[in-house]
Amino acid sequence: MINLLGCRRPPPVTIDNRKCFRFRMLDLRLMKVGVIQFPDSNCDQDPYWVFGQVVNQPVTYLWHESHDLENCDLVIVPGGFSYGDYLRPGAIARFSPVMEAVGKFAAHGGLVLGICNGFQILCESHLLPGALLRNAGLKYICKPVHVRVENADTPFTSACRQGEVLQIPIGHMDGNYFCDQATLDELKREQRIVFRYCSPTGEITEAANPNGSLDHIAGICNPGRNVLGMMPHPERASEAIMGGSDGLKILDSLVRALAGTQELGVGS
Amino acid sequence: MKAYVYVSPKKSVLDPQGKTIHGALRKMGYQGVSDVRQGKYFEVTLDGLDEAQARQEVERMAREVLTNPVIEEFRYSLETP
Repeated sequence: MINLLGCRRPPPVTIDNRKCFRFRMLDLRLMKVGVIQFPDSNCDQDPYWVFGQVVNQPVTYLWHESHDLENCDLVIVPGGFSYGDYLRPGAIARFSPVMEAVGKFAAHGGLVLGICNGFQILCESHLLPGALLRNAGLKYICKPVHVRVENADTPFTSACRQGEVLQIPIGHMDGNYFCDQATLDELKREQRIVFRYCSPTGEITEAANPNGSLDHIAGICNPGRNVLGMMPHPERASEAIMGGSDGLKILDSLVRALAGTQELGVGS
Repeated sequence: MKAYVYVSPKKSVLDPQGKTIHGALRKMGYQGVSDVRQGKYFEVTLDGLDEAQARQEVERMAREVLTNPVIEEFRYSLETP
């Protein structure tokens, strides 16, 4: 299938989604995860793999031209350079049919996780406040960073401890979070700053802020706490073979939230 | 009719690209440069609209698409044939 932009839809990747042993054995309701694919998404296969093979949940791709979220319980807006980052990162993706559906889904309390370019898209879509500016150092940064969990009382962080330090990689050119003072005050007051860049020991220092983000913000959520945007890539830190599995705590938090249980081990 | 739309970062937003260019210009010895802000420029060709309609459409597209009002502001001019 070729869309109007001349982009060919990638062939489906066959992964056996029935391998849901871990959560099935616990007799938990399985969640269905949808990973959006825009033209130039390039981090779509990573969450597809991790949710399907590591977290063991059914997962499907959602095409950007479709309004149908296929009854997914969780929508991932993945990283990449949607629509070539033309105009501004996320500016064109905002007007895609799938984002219209995501807006309605989020308004009804549906869980939406935007990672990297996904965070930029959620801001452009006004599902989250603020914007992501060019990195203060004007360089693309790709490295592991540390973030502190500022609010463990969200569906995205319930498997974390308050104040826990996670090591998760970033890979972006435009991750410098900005909003006006009134919005920042509101984010603080409502405890919607979920992750802040920090040192390995959890201190908020200038040196630990990789991109100049306002108040060291690495991730925020909406007032309903069902939409989270973050620049670090938890899906890239979800298996020991990848150098760390701290990111799995975020994905496991989501399973826990949807399964309605607190009994799951993390990263087991 | 043509619309020339200029988008620039808001004064309250740090513009690291403009700052870097400013620093380069100073190093190169250009005199009297006190600040540089980097923005974007769009030429939009419009057909079949009178001037009032064109202004309305250009302002709307600048507000809704060409700028992110959180970080950017715009101005524009129209060139009528």
